[in-house]
Amino acid sequence: MKHWMRTLGALALTLGFVLAGCQKGPDKAAENATTAGELKVGFVYTSPVGEAGYSWAQDQGRKAIEKLGVKTEFVESVKEGADAERVIENMARSGDQIIFATSFGFMDPTMKVAKDYPNVKFMHCSGFKSAENVDNYFGRIYQARYLTGMVAGLMTKTNILGYVAAFPIPEVIRGINAFTLGARSVNPKAQVRVVWTKTWFDPALEKDAAISLLDVNADVIAQHQDSAGPQEAAAQRGKYCIGYNSDMSKFAPKAHLTAAVWNWAPLYESIVKEVREGAWKGGRSIWWGMDKGVVDIAPYGPMVPKDVQDKVNAQKALFKKGEDKVFVGPIKDQAGQIKFAAGVKAEDKDLLGMTWFVDGVVGSVQ
Amino acid sequence: MSPELIVALLAAAVQAAAPILFATLGEILSEKAGVLNLGVEGVMAIAAFAAFITCHVTGSATLGLLAGGLAGALLCGLHSLVCQVFLGNQVVSGLALTIFGVGLSNYLGTPYVGIGTEGFRQFAVPLLGQIPVLGAVFFRQDAMVYLGYFAPVAVWFLLSRTSLGLGLRATGEMPAAAAAAGLNPQRLRAFGVMAGGFLCGLGGAYLSLAHTHLWTTGLSGGRGWVAVALVIFAFWRPGRAVLGALLFGGVMAFQLRLQAAGTNVPSSLLLMLPYALTVLALVFSATRARSSARKAAAAPAALGVNIEPEG
Repeated sequence: MKHWMRTLGALALTLGFVLAGCQKGPDKAAENATTAGELKVGFVYTSPVGEAGYSWAQDQGRKAIEKLGVKTEFVESVKEGADAERVIENMARSGDQIIFATSFGFMDPTMKVAKDYPNVKFMHCSGFKSAENVDNYFGRIYQARYLTGMVAGLMTKTNILGYVAAFPIPEVIRGINAFTLGARSVNPKAQVRVVWTKTWFDPALEKDAAISLLDVNADVIAQHQDSAGPQEAAAQRGKYCIGYNSDMSKFAPKAHLTAAVWNWAPLYESIVKEVREGAWKGGRSIWWGMDKGVVDIAPYGPMVPKDVQDKVNAQKALFKKGEDKVFVGPIKDQAGQIKFAAGVKAEDKDLLGMTWFVDGVVGSVQ
Repeated sequence: MSPELIVALLAAAVQAAAPILFATLGEILSEKAGVLNLGVEGVMAIAAFAAFITCHVTGSATLGLLAGGLAGALLCGLHSLVCQVFLGNQVVSGLALTIFGVGLSNYLGTPYVGIGTEGFRQFAVPLLGQIPVLGAVFFRQDAMVYLGYFAPVAVWFLLSRTSLGLGLRATGEMPAAAAAAGLNPQRLRAFGVMAGGFLCGLGGAYLSLAHTHLWTTGLSGGRGWVAVALVIFAFWRPGRAVLGALLFGGVMAFQLRLQAAGTNVPSSLLLMLPYALTVLALVFSATRARSSARKAAAAPAALGVNIEPEG
């Protein structure tokens, strides 16, 4: 009998552990449906909003459309997979008319829920699938990367730039290539060294990766991940760094040259306007650039001299006008083979499927 | 590789080894007392958060360090309660502890993600820091790494040179004999588990206070599991734990530098290296333990076996 109770007690405790360990359920979505007329928009984020980074930038877009009199809700830290499907479905059921699924991994869950809710409009970020009630969208962040590459190329003394890279997928590779092309457009001697971490957010590992680049004399560190680990490493060594997603200067005020940043507000405002006017269409791939204000670079740090700023601003003005010559030939790959002949402009499908490094990148693409 | 690069690599290896070393020593204490604790990963996660939040609120890295250790000890106290009072299965309770710890640190820590903390900074030890090569590798680190130099000695001393350590080992080998000798095996086990938890907690605290200086979820990143494996590699000996931790930290630091040096080896293979090495080390330890038949290489005899109450 006594033994029985002990076993039960142990079981209950263990169960308690497991239950307490589960994260709080994202149930904000299931609240109230709205009256017709009033537009309600849901946002799904893969990471916590926090104070900086990818989801924070997305949330700035959400706040912008709230000013248009739209009701919004969001769920953060949603795991990619079955969890995402549940969250998106909850939003659709609770009466959201537009749902922004803001991470690549939400693609299939979005497509699945979209099939069951034909009257809801779905916007999936950074994917490639669409349907009658699904658009995919992204921004030409590579334009901002090109500009940050120019800054790095002009600021480096060792001509070695370090790039802490996330996963070897076209989006990341495109960023590295644009950064390299930007750097070499102003400094043909610059080379970009790449270290992959295979993480989106692991500050300890990403900081170590940056340190390993600093050890081989890189004096400007760029990154793709969301953590400020690499920024910290550069600041500690008194070298420069370039942020991503949002202005990271508060993590390394003396080292942060600039950052490639997102500004989703114009795109989200336009989508809301379209829906209100009944002009919204599914099946689109929306890929906006600096001319529409979706991507930008963060304000320059105080250490960036005026002539560097002027040079970069001149190129930025071209992007603003819609003149995008980032991936215009001649562009060679690492082996020196011509990928785009002189004057040939890469098509979007080339950019979306980019799996090779341009000349000037040192490191393996895998 | 140039000499400076090698020095930088070794210094990075020492830093990467520190959190793993603390956790491995903690697990050795626990297992020497006869309690298998698979919750190290969760304990490190909670401790990393406890250390961060304490340092964030009080501004004191030392208090943060203590908080990390205490959080580790407390959490392992729970494990001790489940295994010793309720006679729960040690494997199941340990796994639950990992899930619980990682989950709870995510839950509590989410609002603080991205917030920085001063923590421990690297400084050169006077005189020792000036020694060529060795100084740069070992004596220009942070306070917690220096603490890590003493920890294995302390654990070794406790286990092999004190009567408390003798009692602990006896409890891990044969609790009945320990009881017959007038010791209290239950109390000794609880001590071993919680003292071990304190050390694991220091390992977790290292991550948030000295390594990243920044809070984020998922900070333990599998290091707790590596520690559990290294205990076997170390034959439950503190000295060999140092070797194992350095080896693992070294390979971790090495693969990043190999990439930075511009190698053409696919990064997926390089990132696998530390874990492949862990598996290899385990295989090596297992064959060695069998072939040499040396008692020293074997696990404590009563490891994982709960003490049944009399009557």
